[in-house]
Amino acid sequence: MELKKILESLSPNERKIIPYLNENIKEICKKSNLDRVSVIRALEYLQNKGIIKLSYEIKKIIEIGINGALYRKKGLPERRLLNLLDEKRILKLQDAQKQSKLSNDEFKASIGALKKKAFIEVKNGNVMFIGNKEEISKKSLEELFLETLPLEYDSLKSEQLHALNTLERRKDIIQTKNAKKVGIKITEIGKKISESKEKTQDLIEQITPAMLKKESSWKGKKFRRYDVSSPVPNISGGKRHFVNQAIDYARRIWTDMGFKEMTGNIVVSSFWNFDSLFTAQDHPVREMQDTFFINKKDSLPDKKLVKNVKKSHEKGTEGSKGWQYLWDEEEAKRLVLRTHTTCISSQTLSQLKKDEFPAKFFAIGKCFRNETVDWSHGFEFNQTEGIVVDPNANFRNLLGYLKQFFTKMGFEKIRFRPAYFPYTEPSVEIDVWNPGKKVWLELGGAGIFRPEVTIPLLGKHIPVLAWGPGFDRSIMDYYQVKDLRELYKNDLTKLRKMKFWMK
Amino acid sequence: MAIITLNKKQFEKEIGKLDEKMQNKIAMFGTTVEGFNDKEIEIEVFPNRPDMLSYQGFKRSFLSFLGKTSGLKKYKIYKPEKDYKIKIDSSVKNVRPYTACAIVKGLHLDDEKIKEIIEIQEKLHTTIGRKRKKVAIGIYPLEKIKLPIIYKAIEPDKIKFIPLETQKEMSGLQILQRHPAGKEYAHLLAGKIKFPIFIDANKNILSMPPIINSKSTGKITEKTKDVFVECSGFDFYTLNKCLEIIVTTLSEMGGKIYQMELGYPKKQTTPNLKSEKMKLSLNNTNKLLGLDLNEKQLKKLIEKMGHDYKKNYVETPAWRTDILHEVDLIEDVAIAYGYENFIPEIPQISTIGQENQKETIKRKISGILTGMSMIEISNYHLTNKNDQFKKMGLKTKDFIEVKESKTDYKILRENLAHYLLKILSENIDSEYPQKIFEIGKVFETKESDFAKVKGGERFREGQISKPQQRAGGYGDDRAISRVREVGGGITESEHLAAAITPGNFTELKQIIEYLSKMANIKIKLKEPEEFPPHFIEGRVAEICLVDDEKFARTNINSKFKGGSEPLGEDLGGNKRANLENTKVIGFIGEIHPKILKNWRIKMPVTLFEIDLEEILES
Repeated sequence: MELKKILESLSPNERKIIPYLNENIKEICKKSNLDRVSVIRALEYLQNKGIIKLSYEIKKIIEIGINGALYRKKGLPERRLLNLLDEKRILKLQDAQKQSKLSNDEFKASIGALKKKAFIEVKNGNVMFIGNKEEISKKSLEELFLETLPLEYDSLKSEQLHALNTLERRKDIIQTKNAKKVGIKITEIGKKISESKEKTQDLIEQITPAMLKKESSWKGKKFRRYDVSSPVPNISGGKRHFVNQAIDYARRIWTDMGFKEMTGNIVVSSFWNFDSLFTAQDHPVREMQDTFFINKKDSLPDKKLVKNVKKSHEKGTEGSKGWQYLWDEEEAKRLVLRTHTTCISSQTLSQLKKDEFPAKFFAIGKCFRNETVDWSHGFEFNQTEGIVVDPNANFRNLLGYLKQFFTKMGFEKIRFRPAYFPYTEPSVEIDVWNPGKKVWLELGGAGIFRPEVTIPLLGKHIPVLAWGPGFDRSIMDYYQVKDLRELYKNDLTKLRKMKFWMK
Repeated sequence: MAIITLNKKQFEKEIGKLDEKMQNKIAMFGTTVEGFNDKEIEIEVFPNRPDMLSYQGFKRSFLSFLGKTSGLKKYKIYKPEKDYKIKIDSSVKNVRPYTACAIVKGLHLDDEKIKEIIEIQEKLHTTIGRKRKKVAIGIYPLEKIKLPIIYKAIEPDKIKFIPLETQKEMSGLQILQRHPAGKEYAHLLAGKIKFPIFIDANKNILSMPPIINSKSTGKITEKTKDVFVECSGFDFYTLNKCLEIIVTTLSEMGGKIYQMELGYPKKQTTPNLKSEKMKLSLNNTNKLLGLDLNEKQLKKLIEKMGHDYKKNYVETPAWRTDILHEVDLIEDVAIAYGYENFIPEIPQISTIGQENQKETIKRKISGILTGMSMIEISNYHLTNKNDQFKKMGLKTKDFIEVKESKTDYKILRENLAHYLLKILSENIDSEYPQKIFEIGKVFETKESDFAKVKGGERFREGQISKPQQRAGGYGDDRAISRVREVGGGITESEHLAAAITPGNFTELKQIIEYLSKMANIKIKLKEPEEFPPHFIEGRVAEICLVDDEKFARTNINSKFKGGSEPLGEDLGGNKRANLENTKVIGFIGEIHPKILKNWRIKMPVTLFEIDLEEILES
């Protein structure tokens, strides 16, 4: 930067301290009439502008301790004892302590210190003054030392070191601290700046309402230059939780594609979660090992539906063999935390009227499974659900809707492969390609509801395209979150830094 | 989901090289390669295909899929020889009523094959056997058995034999108490007076299903040539399927299948390996798959999946358990056609998309709060008693527990407040001020529902709040949010909670007032008669929703007082009318230092929580 520009960029504080850059910070503060923080900040800015170079060194500083502060006011214990003895000449030890009002420790230390200096003598339990008046009237090294604190350790003279040595052993009289000492070196540019006679006093710092009044007082003046590239402190704003941002986006994709949102309860009966979806009552998923059961029961829906579901399981409906077992109503009443959002689909189908075909629905919601928690597993997860009820729907349509959705979610390569679910046939597993890791990510299942599902719910078999892939993996993939637990962690520092879902 | 382990060398010799193309083929057959090394390949088999739970079974179907074989595979079955009989005693009827049995002869076993036999047995036990409950399988060296065999149930103390993996003779009960397999499966015989056994003509006990075989007759070795196979359980149909899967697997290893005569009251012979007929229409196939196949193509495809095509129906293998309906065959056609060959297509049908109204409002509320620099958080719906009750100064009661949770999260949350404090306590080192909120579902039992909570029953037991003497029935219907019952007396409702720290009552009141104005929700803050004990008395208000319609009707006076602004105003001094027009939906207040200390929070916190249901339904 040329000199002139630098001069124009100096803030008022910087200008204030420039004349005193040869001094230490304490002096700069005093002379510029600024507080320490402002001075240091101004120095840093001056360094950024190349005017000075700052160096930092750690200095050991000797400061006064808690007791030291007290003694500085009241006098050291040995001084107080000496004064007493000077007056009384001879005292019993216990009387000396009592009258001097010293604690045990203080008293012992004082006796020791005075004996060492040959001011007193202890004999037969008596303490006797033996020094001479003149000598005791002088301040001791320790007293002098205390008065001059704080001091830099490196600057101590030998007698001060001696005083330090004795005082250090006594409780809380002094303390040592490490302090950062700032050294200021003026650069070549800096020298020119401080020698410069150019007038910079008329720079405008802030535009004020007054300036904008009729007089236009800014006319003919210059604005102080900013260092526009200098860093500023971080700020962060309010933010929707990143998982919800992703869900909002998915919701919009579905509505854009003409789907209507379904919602439902998290606590549902096994009837809706399993039985209406042709999941046999002895299927392993219906064990506590896999599913959260609640020790309560729900009532079943209307009798006709229950009868048809029962028939579907036991003997099958229209061309099906069924599961060939005795279906138990009580088992169907058991409440669970839904294991998939597909239970919302089965409830929707049971309420659907015939004149509403074709119909398209979606849901996004939390689902549960009895799992331990680690980086890739949890007991809660998000699922996105969809159904298309259309007498003409076919398998290619199913793949079409899924491909569209996941393309919009940002996955470029999508693969469908055979899978198995008790309630769909054909069934599909959806994989998306992760170009970074070069692996297929399994996102979850889809298929066409079996007649054993649709006949009890709809009264006749209409192909219902259905899907319920997990959603958390897509979220983790987008935000580059590697640990599933992050989705529930609510670490505010991380949430503040988390990027928005930019779709 | 079952994973089977295949010998890689054998696979590459008999099926083909495991290159990328082959891996893709396996995936497109519906069985993903989970992993492999130089020696082994791990393949995932879906639970609907127990016939593929062994290498032999997988190879049979997969070679056909690859086009190397085609159509229904036939196995020769030999008629029962002399004494190939099982007498089934009526005593098993109430214990484990059915068995299906067979003999397979002429096996040349080696380590690899024995391993495979043990593996398929285990895999069948855990899948269609439902952990031996539905089906238990026994395979015995025939040379150690004297035929015929009796299947019966006797008192446990009369059962005496040396079970596998031990040296000592044990009684039926001792096996359940001491033997590892006995302990694991004891529940399957719990409450039975008699236990089932297979016993041979020499009166040697072969096994006690579904628990364990005898040491002397229950283990096949490399010397074993002929085996006796039994499946026992409750459902004859499934037992047969299971038996057929095993004997065909053994036949693939080179064995000859012999039937046995089962002496039920009505005589039966198993196995039959009789194929089943299932309808398959070209039209239905094309319609469901969106294809335009001709009959020749359909025949070719369905035969690739190991079925025989006849006009309008197919003969499906006896060992397939998953063909319940025509759609199962149509899926087989789709797999044979190749999922990768379907062209995805969205049909031109017109439907109107629509977001759920509640979700819209929730999103808007979130938008208003984030506009005030608040950060939305998202917590689990499950929580624990310590957080929900103890740390909040509440008595632990009326919680909804999930059974046998594998983590510390064992109950459904009944409020969001404790989670907000939990999150603040976990973020004491994060930058301040912290302003957070959450919108989410909470769960209550009838005993603990919102009305009752506000009725004070719970708070009176809390140790902090000392409610004033109540004048009349506060816990009346007015306070009851419409009960959103799920079933079993559980209600589910959407709540909104927000907390700021450091922050005082005024700051948060400003936030909720701004929210209420922007979202056009009329609320009113009142001094509560009772309140949750985590608040400071005198610094907590109840948040009342004001019903506008009723407000206009019953409180005309307030109009003249310029009372169109209901917030915090005393509505014309007509307290009775107010009570009728408002509904308590939550509380706002400063959190008591005692609660803050429970959470080790070092800054003052102000918090509100409201039930959103009334607002979402409006």
